[in-house]
Parts: sequence; structure tokens; C-alpha cells
Amino acid sequence: MRAQKDIFIVADNIVSPLGATTAENFSRLVAGSTGVRSQDRPEMADQPFFAALFGALPAAPYTKFEQLLISSITDALHQAPGIHPADDRTILIVCSTKGNTHLLDVDDHTSPERISLPGSAAVTGGHFGFTQTPIVISNACISGLLGMITGMRLLRSGLFDNAVVTGADVITKFILSGFGSFQALSPGHCRPFDRDRDGINLGEGAGTMILSTRREYRDGLRLRGGAVSNDANHISGPSRTGRELGDAIEIALREAGCGAAEIGFISAHGTATAYNDEMEAKAITLAGLNAVPVNSLKGYYGHTLGAAGLIESIVTLASMREGVVIPSLGFENNGVTTPLNVCRTLLRGPLDTCLKTASGFGGCNAAVVLGK
Amino acid sequence: MEYITGSCLIDERAAYRNGDKIFSGDKILSSLYQHFNWQYPKFFKMDNLSRLGFAAAELLLEGWDAGAYQPQEVAVVLSNANSSLDTDYRYTQTTKDIPSPSVFVYTLPNIVIGEICIRHRLKGENAFFLCAGFDPALLTRYVGHLLEAGIARACITGWVEWLGESFKAALFLIERKETAGAVPFTAGEMDRIFKTSMPCE
Repeated sequence: MRAQKDIFIVADNIVSPLGATTAENFSRLVAGSTGVRSQDRPEMADQPFFAALFGALPAAPYTKFEQLLISSITDALHQAPGIHPADDRTILIVCSTKGNTHLLDVDDHTSPERISLPGSAAVTGGHFGFTQTPIVISNACISGLLGMITGMRLLRSGLFDNAVVTGADVITKFILSGFGSFQALSPGHCRPFDRDRDGINLGEGAGTMILSTRREYRDGLRLRGGAVSNDANHISGPSRTGRELGDAIEIALREAGCGAAEIGFISAHGTATAYNDEMEAKAITLAGLNAVPVNSLKGYYGHTLGAAGLIESIVTLASMREGVVIPSLGFENNGVTTPLNVCRTLLRGPLDTCLKTASGFGGCNAAVVLGK
Repeated sequence: MEYITGSCLIDERAAYRNGDKIFSGDKILSSLYQHFNWQYPKFFKMDNLSRLGFAAAELLLEGWDAGAYQPQEVAVVLSNANSSLDTDYRYTQTTKDIPSPSVFVYTLPNIVIGEICIRHRLKGENAFFLCAGFDPALLTRYVGHLLEAGIARACITGWVEWLGESFKAALFLIERKETAGAVPFTAGEMDRIFKTSMPCE
């Protein structure tokens, strides 16, 4: 493989029920706080349910989904005064599974134009004065990671110098009832990789990561490699072997030019469904990484769908900067057939290279390597 | 260099393969299914968007030497404007009674990629882009990079859109070899093929 351009991470933000900046979020995680709690929302479900949700947002000309994107991008751009949206070498990449579909909960005949994700992206891009038409990715629960990978590729191919990769999802009656119909929701706090795991919690949030090839940012952490694969097995159930996610991990490592031994930590998808966690454990084992410390952040954020890859990657960046790995909330006893080294307490120490994985409906898998 | 080595268009009226009209008529998807005797019962469990993408991929890949590639070397990169909105409306209706998991699972645009991957045993890169209109510049840039960087050796790419009574699929097979009838993989060629079925062209 020919020499690749370095992709520097210039700035990042998380907007979640735990906080409005990466620093706020990380300090809450270090303190062991979770955004997941029992929610009594008659407009979404007859019974209370466990999820990580925002309170009411102020009325605004933008939808809730667009407000989340704008809030997250605003903070990230504020950290990066050298990145200009109006620069035609800067591209905005928007990631979401459902975008404005929350409008269907209120009026199920809302016009296609108002729901359209390209429309939301144009509104968001216009707010900041981006001149390039935003790129929109909607690829189930790997959307956030695929947005980062797409940004990396567009920068490596020389089309742009900077990519503002943002993602968000809003939890709705639509989404809640859908996962409920699959019997996929935990009645309490989710427990990724645990023997007694019984399904997911859903969560709302947004994340933004600014990528650049410009040398002035070379002191920052890097997005070193990434890959996507498909199971070609089932549209709503993962691979039985984990082979395909394992392949994506191996390709991402190869692209990053690093061996399995260099990976110091894995931020897993870990949704706390029986099938996902089992598949993911097999994949991580196939890639020779089963002894590496691993966590799932779903116990703190719930499953933030199209934003999950971004939010969880950004927490991983904070872990590298601070030298602190967050324990996997809800894990007590191993519950997968190929045991992983799931973190049960805060780990402190230098961390240079990390792996982030995700999988989603449609049989899709993604992996990225983040590092110094 | 990359080439468009095959194409397939399906709209409300007709299906085209490599620029030639091969079928026309009403209820085109079920007619195609019967005419070509696909024998894939799961087709009838799919939503409209997946049926459309599935049908277009069947026609695109008929006779293709898939054995020339490993499953993980073939990418599928699709796009549309309205995501899975047609099925989103349908699912929202079911939530007024009993939410249907078999409808909910199709409320993501990339499920059609999953269906194509299952049928043709493709395990490579995936991406689903949402664009206000067909954007061959984006697809040629992204897919071109996948092939040039060696991330994929072949790619099925294009547009699959369904909303209400209106639908269109335009799938393209992209390879790094020049076969009979192949044209260079450029945005201009994609756009020309995309417009094949339009009246007054």
C-alpha cells in the first residue's frame, strides 16, 4: 500500500444528556455518572422505559435534530479557529439513521422535504456558511464511524483538506416502538457483554470530529485507518462467526500500519443484545485482540444510533489524552463464549493506539484505528 | 483505470440493461420476478426499496463472473434522496395498532445493500449516501478512491429511490478492466446512462 496522508484530529465535541462539551462528558464518565434513567414520556410510550434523553429544548427555527448538530458543530469549530466553513477545501459530513423522522411522531403526513436528511444537512451547513454541499451518510448504526472513514478517504484522495464530521439521532416513538417490537429493549439498565444482559437502552446525542491533513495540526491525535464490511448473512441479525467484523478490524489495522500488539484499548459497540455482543467478542478474538482492555459506553449513553460511532470515538480520544479508560458500566460476569478483557474499573496509564468498532442492521460492520 | 462494465435502470415503466430496453409493462417488479423466474421467496417479504434494488442487482449481475473476486473485494455504495421514507410512513401506520418488526427493519436505507449482499454473497465495503438528487460526482469520487486505493476491486454503485408511486433504480458495475461495451467510469457517463429512460432525451 502506498504511503498515506496523515489525518489529524483537530477538534471534537459531544453533546449528550451528560454534557455539552467533550470535557464535560468525560469528567462525568470518570465520575461514573450515567445519562440512562427511567423515563416517563407518555408521548413516546405508555409505560416508563430506560433511556438517555434530553429534556425539552428551547423552541427554535431548527428542528431538534438540527439543533443538536448545530450545537455540536458550533463548539467544535470554536476550538478550531483555523478551520473555515466557507473554505472550499472544507467539507461537512452529516451522519444519522433517522434525522428529522421525529416529526412523524407529531404528524405522520409531514412532507418529505421537511424530513429529508439532505435538507437538514443543507440547513445545518447554511447556518455555518459551508460552501460545499454537505455529504450525508445514513448507514444504520455504523453511520458515525462511516462518516469518519469517508472524511479520511476524501482527505487522503486530496479532494479536501478539512472535514467536519458530525452526527446525531433523536429518540422517538417510532424508534422506541421499533426496537420494542424486536424485544430488543432492556427493562432496566443495559449490561453489555454481561451474562445477564437483556437488551439495549436507547440514547440521544450528537458528536462532531474535525479532521485535517494540514501539517499545522500534526501534534494532534490521528485517525489512522478504517474499514467497512458486510456479513451477507441476515438483515437484522449479525454474523454467527464474527468473521466479517474481524476482517474489517484486520483491514483497519493494516491500513493504520499497526499490529494487533499495538492496540492498547478497544471501544466496542457492545449494545447488550445477546447476538451483537456474542458476535463482537468472536470478531475481536479472531483479530487476536481478546486480551486487550475493552469497554462499551452504552451503559452511560444508551445506543445513540447514527451518532454512536462519533461519540464513542471521541470518548476514546479523551481517554488517550488523559490516560484514563472508562469502565464498562453494567458488566459483572462474562456472558460471551469467547471472553474479553472487559474493564470493570478505571484504568490509568499511557494509551497510544486504540480501536473502535460498530455494527448495524443490514449486516454492516466498521472499525477505525485512532492513535498518536 | 476504472470502467462501467454494466448498468441497469428500472423505473415505473421499463427496465434497461446496458442501455437496451429489456422489459416494459405495469407492476414492473413483480412482472420482472415472474418473467426472469428468480425463485427468491424472500423478495416478497422485502419493502419496495429493497425489492427495487434487488431486482436491479439481479439484472445488473446476470452472467457476471463473480468468481473473479473474493466476497470481501466487492463493495456496494448506493444513494437516494428520501432514505427509507416510503417505509417509514408505512411503519408509522403500524404503530397505531401493533408495531411491526418486519416493517421496522426496513426503515433504514442501507437495508437494500444488505439484501443485495446476502443474495450475491458480497462482503466488501458498504456506504449509503443521501443526496438531494443523483450525484454522479460524489459516487465517482468515493468509489474511484475505493478502487484506486485497493480497498475494493469491484463495486456496485448507483441510485435506488422509492417514494409513493414514484421510483427509480440505476445501478452500475464498476471494475478495473475493460470489457466489451465498457465505458470509462466518469460522472458524465453515469449521468448519460442515468437519463437513458427519460422521455425527450
